[in-house]
Amino acid sequence: MCTRRSERLSTRSTTRPTAPWTSGELVRRQAAQEIGTIIYSLGCFPSQKDLHDFIAKVEEDHTGYIHLDKFLPAMTKVLQEHKFPPISEDLLLQAFEALDKEKKDYLDPEELTKYMTQEGEPFTQEEMEEMLTALADHRNQIHYKDVVSQMTIKPDK
Amino acid sequence: MGCGMGKSEVRLKKCERVTNSVPAIRAALLIQRWYRQYVARLEMRRRCTWNIFQSIEYAGEQDQIKLYNFFDFLMHHFTPASSERSLISHIFRVNEICRDAEWEKYFCYESIEVPDSYTGPRLTFPMTFCGVSKVVQAFKHKQQLHARYVLQLLRETWRLLRILTNISHVSTCHTKEITICGDLHGHLEDLLLIFYKNGLPSSEKPYVFNGDFVDRGKNSLEILLILFGFLLVYPNDVHLNRGNHEDHIVNLRYGFTKEVLGKYRVHGKKILNLLQKIFSWLPLATVIDHKVLIVHGGISATTDLNAIARVDRHKYVSALRPPKPTHYAADGCKTQAMGSNHREASGPAEGRRRVCSLTHHSSPPAQRSDLPRRSLHNLPMGSLLSWSVEEELKRRRRLAGFDQSYGELQRSDTESGATAETDEHEWKQIVDVLWSDPMPQNGCIPNEVRGGGCYWGPDVTEEVLGRHNLQLLIRSHECKQDGYEFCHNRRVLTIFSASNYYEMGSNRGAYIRMGPDLVPHFIQYQASQACRELTLRQSVGWTERSALRALREQLFVHKSDLISAFQEFDPNNTGKISLSHWASATESVLKLGLPWRVLRPQLVSSTQYGIVDYQMWIRELSITEPKLQISDTSILETMYKNHSNLETIFRVIDTDHSGSISFEEFRQTWRLLCSHLKTEISDEAIADLAHSIDFNKDGSIDINEFMEAFRLVDLSAHA
Repeated sequence: MCTRRSERLSTRSTTRPTAPWTSGELVRRQAAQEIGTIIYSLGCFPSQKDLHDFIAKVEEDHTGYIHLDKFLPAMTKVLQEHKFPPISEDLLLQAFEALDKEKKDYLDPEELTKYMTQEGEPFTQEEMEEMLTALADHRNQIHYKDVVSQMTIKPDK
Repeated sequence: MGCGMGKSEVRLKKCERVTNSVPAIRAALLIQRWYRQYVARLEMRRRCTWNIFQSIEYAGEQDQIKLYNFFDFLMHHFTPASSERSLISHIFRVNEICRDAEWEKYFCYESIEVPDSYTGPRLTFPMTFCGVSKVVQAFKHKQQLHARYVLQLLRETWRLLRILTNISHVSTCHTKEITICGDLHGHLEDLLLIFYKNGLPSSEKPYVFNGDFVDRGKNSLEILLILFGFLLVYPNDVHLNRGNHEDHIVNLRYGFTKEVLGKYRVHGKKILNLLQKIFSWLPLATVIDHKVLIVHGGISATTDLNAIARVDRHKYVSALRPPKPTHYAADGCKTQAMGSNHREASGPAEGRRRVCSLTHHSSPPAQRSDLPRRSLHNLPMGSLLSWSVEEELKRRRRLAGFDQSYGELQRSDTESGATAETDEHEWKQIVDVLWSDPMPQNGCIPNEVRGGGCYWGPDVTEEVLGRHNLQLLIRSHECKQDGYEFCHNRRVLTIFSASNYYEMGSNRGAYIRMGPDLVPHFIQYQASQACRELTLRQSVGWTERSALRALREQLFVHKSDLISAFQEFDPNNTGKISLSHWASATESVLKLGLPWRVLRPQLVSSTQYGIVDYQMWIRELSITEPKLQISDTSILETMYKNHSNLETIFRVIDTDHSGSISFEEFRQTWRLLCSHLKTEISDEAIADLAHSIDFNKDGSIDINEFMEAFRLVDLSAHA
């Protein structure tokens, strides 16, 4: 089932019918994920807690639905206030360096896994595996300087 | 946030032990936040890419149906003698051989000699497990089965299919697990992978294959032969459902026809004709334990399995063709009258039969240019009078000049009213089951995107399943990222077995294993070793590049229309418009329902302060250089835009499937296309084009060469 991006409001006859979320616990989680995807794609970097707070504000009283007319103003406000600003390359680099105790300029998968799954807002096993696949090179090391420069987004012109 | 209040003792200890510092915790948080954002953006890109592929795919299907409706229109509004009509009439001609004995002769493979030099499998019939295994092995090693054996195998298959019922009933007693596969679309490597992981079909290992075996991939014929082979060996344990691509008219456009003619130059045509017949004999549905329904497309609000069980399914050689009313001629042989009752098929299914509500203007038959283009669902426009079915039949027969053709005409007029109605209803049952898609909201509306079948909602699922005492609907027809997907409260399950369908790395394929508990278990796979090792980022990137290329092609071929649309927002001719105008203008031309604003950064490089310099953008879109020099370049755009339509028309006209057509036929092709598009192209321009592409100067045009010359090559891909 397609989910629509927030901007697409029209329902032309030649396009697929659009979807409101269906209700239920499972879907509330799904809604959170979807909203997160949307917010992230707009260039924001909320934490999980930030996301949950945001969703709690726009959700329709525990129905699991999030209506566009509530979402749009809330989201606009977030954008105008720069509420979840992007993380700069330097900051990110510092973060990796903080984890690299031995100052070897790279991290071992075990080290990274330890931090990502035990600290902060821990990753699920799935998330961790995907991260390792994405970041580890052929020597099975995570050379974070390269990674950071490849994967940081330049602000949209 | 992070390690702190409310965490357990153990946790705190871990914190202290592992990080021993707040900065490290903060660092972890930061990295997690950053990475999740990154993944989400990838996901967004992946979905956009998916949408692009899917929209273009469905727009192509819609296009096909429009073209087909155009042919149908020609058939009913031109006298038989007209040249246009005679070019295409053969695709409407009912398969003349109505007697079994004649069909048997037609297969005549005995006369075909197999040379000693042939190293492929030599089959004996009745087919054995050993025989079909040899075939599988041969195809694995890229060998080709000799035409003689192909024809023999097809004959046996036809004989078997004829005695099967429309709906196959399967039972999981004896604790048998059933394997259910979705669309394969000529992807032999996926079928082989399924057999490798799951085992070959046998009486211990029953299989259901849910349609769309052919088109798009390059081994459609091999897949068919393997599936038919197993069907012959295990007729009670292998079940094939017809898909919307098991249809000779769809095959003209989507590659199967081309594949067969390319592989079997001498016997290809015969093989295709036989397959046309065989497709019509494929069962329409499978039911497991009276509880699980398996059909290729889906259902509609009017779906009635009892009705489906009763139809003469082989009447529907192509599901795109509305039925002709049947009546019995003097010699007792059932024939189908020419001049079909009408094209205006049942519209939105709210239980109402639309057949009786044909609309018509009181003026003389509409001119070609007045008739609006329609999908298979004809929503009435400005209904004024409603004619009875009989009168409509009479009018059309008159138009088609068939008044004197059938002696029984007078008598059958009143009868055919009733049969016409039944045929329409039947036809809708079949089209719905082969072409429909589920939608999230309640209701049942015509599937305008594909041009056939319905979109049906969760309420329809509940009602139809309830009415038939079923608990699950398994269908295919739509590509899914993970190879399968539930919807409608897990009452509808889509299963799709062609991995990397849109592009390398675009999606996984999957199949279902189901035991007596009727709980589906999924096995997923991806056929290529290379893409299994790709990271998410790489596979998204690859697929995305491919999708954007396809999209840029679409934009390129609509250049003129785009410029006109932009100019409507630019009355002062500044050459610039706002981003939002750019987005809505582009959508109004392409009608793909894509998120243009989101895609904009990857499509338009030249923006400043939210303004698009559209003239420059159009110039930048330059995709290809024509490989030929022709004087009239406006013909080029039509050529590119209607690439697929042209090829389809060519193949229709090329009645002897020789792969080439004469100049005259070429000219006729263009005239046909121009009627369809309602544009004009001068005879001179066509002649010019024809001469410039007659590469070997022999007065005929090779279809493949012609299409190659105009294949779009994305020059910007190397940028």
